[in-house]
Amino acid sequence: MAGKAKIAIEQLSWNNAKPAPIVLVSGAEGFLADRAIQNIREILKASDASLEVSDLDASSYAPGELLTLASPSLFGEPRLIRVSDVEKCNDEFLLEMLDYAESPDSDTTVVLRHGGGVRGKKLLDTLRSGTGGAVEIVCAELKSDNDKFDFAGNEFRLAGRKIAPSALRSLVQAFSGSGSELANACQQLIADADGDITDRTVEDYYGGRIEATAFKVVDSAVAGRLGDSLVTLRHALQSGADPVPIVATFAAKLRLMAKLYGERRGSGELAGALGAAPWQIDRARKDLSGWSETGLGNAIEVIAQTDANVKGASRDPIYALERMVNVVASYGKR
Amino acid sequence: MSVWDELVGQQEAIDVFRAASQSELASATSHDSAMTHSWLVTGPPGSGRSNLAYAFAASLLCRNGGCGTCGDCKQVAARTHPDLAMLTTERVIISIDEVRALVQSSQYSPAVSRYRVIVIEDADRMAERTSNVLLKALEEPPERTVWILCAPSEADLIPTIRSRVRSVRLRVPSVPDVAELIVTRDGVDAVTAERAARHAQSHIGMAHRLATNPDAAARREETVRLVLGIMTVREAVLAAARMIEIATDDAKAITEERDGVELEQLRRSMGIAEGDAIPSNLRSQVKGLEEQQKRRATRSLRDGLDRILVDLLSVYRDVLRLQLGVSDELINVEFESELRAAASARSSEDTLATMEAIGVARERIDANVAPALAMEALLIRASRSEVPA
Ligand SMILES: [Zn+2]
Repeated sequence: MAGKAKIAIEQLSWNNAKPAPIVLVSGAEGFLADRAIQNIREILKASDASLEVSDLDASSYAPGELLTLASPSLFGEPRLIRVSDVEKCNDEFLLEMLDYAESPDSDTTVVLRHGGGVRGKKLLDTLRSGTGGAVEIVCAELKSDNDKFDFAGNEFRLAGRKIAPSALRSLVQAFSGSGSELANACQQLIADADGDITDRTVEDYYGGRIEATAFKVVDSAVAGRLGDSLVTLRHALQSGADPVPIVATFAAKLRLMAKLYGERRGSGELAGALGAAPWQIDRARKDLSGWSETGLGNAIEVIAQTDANVKGASRDPIYALERMVNVVASYGKR
Repeated sequence: MSVWDELVGQQEAIDVFRAASQSELASATSHDSAMTHSWLVTGPPGSGRSNLAYAFAASLLCRNGGCGTCGDCKQVAARTHPDLAMLTTERVIISIDEVRALVQSSQYSPAVSRYRVIVIEDADRMAERTSNVLLKALEEPPERTVWILCAPSEADLIPTIRSRVRSVRLRVPSVPDVAELIVTRDGVDAVTAERAARHAQSHIGMAHRLATNPDAAARREETVRLVLGIMTVREAVLAAARMIEIATDDAKAITEERDGVELEQLRRSMGIAEGDAIPSNLRSQVKGLEEQQKRRATRSLRDGLDRILVDLLSVYRDVLRLQLGVSDELINVEFESELRAAASARSSEDTLATMEAIGVARERIDANVAPALAMEALLIRASRSEVPA
């Protein structure tokens, strides 16, 4: 036995998860932890389909629960006990879990999810010293776009799917805010898209998402909220957004507004003719308040010039973008 | 019959080329001979620059000085003559590799004819770096090699190339000249031919198309009707969307016609009858052609938009003439009443500004601005009057 000596236990990355009597899943990145725990379940299930799975919440733990779930059953089925919120565990859980670690059941896998923090540190230290034959799966936050790029690339590799590097980059960019959404997006593409994944595939699935920031900039600009619009724009540019789709989003919005100016037919009737959803039409109609026909015309002319500017006609595309936002936010007055 | 027969209204240029093909090359640096190594054919689009270039090529390669009936002449017409190399641009820019390959092929001696002839159809589409590769070849041409470059004007080439070539300028053929050609060559009635030549503003290829393809003529008519009907920003934006569709349809039609012809030519040259499967050893050639055609498709939408801009310019040219009190020689005489209404509704300053906006739209489309946006900005300017009539 490993005894009480301070030897580091095996530390695995989220995608190399493997069962052990006790598996400590640490780290802040919840979606990686979920993925790791899911993998463990699948491995166990594959080796014995009669696996019994149960869940415990360490923060509302009632004395005796662990032993009840871990005690040998009549037919000797293997058991998986998933314990959540270990970082918020109550004293009863802490005591009983420390106790359990001294002599874990050989047919049972206990997975402890600890999302970070000092609560339960004693348990973590004990397990890390080797007590209970634990392994640790470290699910650290994916901080840089590079980490996310690697993660997403790995998702596709694991699934045996090919994705173009540029497609992978725009996918990561679209979901730069949330690793778990990125993970979901990868899984959705793997499940739904046929064949190799190209720029076009990502655009088809998540083009809307890529435009989301641009929509915010446009929506506040057409409503005359210059400050909001500029702040969102600058933030988007700082996080690496491409000016070209931002201009395209402005163009699409003002185009629809212009098509609706002086148009009396209902949104349902117009939807087909204008190639827009009824809700988009209703929205664009609301956006028209404060706008004049001349203003719309001016705005579209400035957007066209800005498109030329961000595509190389101007040495200062950022200035060109800000000028466009200024004109649009003043309802097309120049 | 000779290779010069179907060239319209370019007698002076033909005389120069004829004399050249009948005389011998002097030394590369001498200008004494009527013949020289490097030529530049300039003239507006549709004036028949490349037709003239190939006629000249045929007269150099044909044993009878361009009879139009022998094997050499037929091979030049089919672009398959072994001593003819050419660069036809289907993309916006001629790549440096294309020019390098051509320069390399210029080093060969002629296989069967007196000369080896190389034609570059759109020599204005070269970046400066690419031009310099060509320049080196022009500076030291092999003894029997003749270069024929085509471009809209001399100013479209870098000065160092300009100074190396002998320039032959084509003039815009008259509407009656073009109409007559269409009647005799395409067997179209005189009224249709006149209208097509006038609408095409003497652009020979365009006139042929308008005269022989009712869909193309209908698309042009719709474009003119659309622009004359724009009163509001809403209408401008809707018309822009429709014009993009028209340009797309037009580009698609042209591409399909041309692609079909090319594939058929390739099949015939490989000896495969229609409907027969292509043997696997020849498949890569067919695939190569198909890929080239695909690359070309991008450019053809631009060309479709360019045709629309030319048609729009013809409308505002008519409007301006009416505003200036000149009412004869309207290009779009079929729309005279609408043109008159437009002329009296706005000032000539606004008309001039709109014509300028057409130029801006063309530049923007060339610079990759979203075509819809470029067209919207243009048509919005067209709908607006800033100076009272
Ligand atoms: Zn001949």
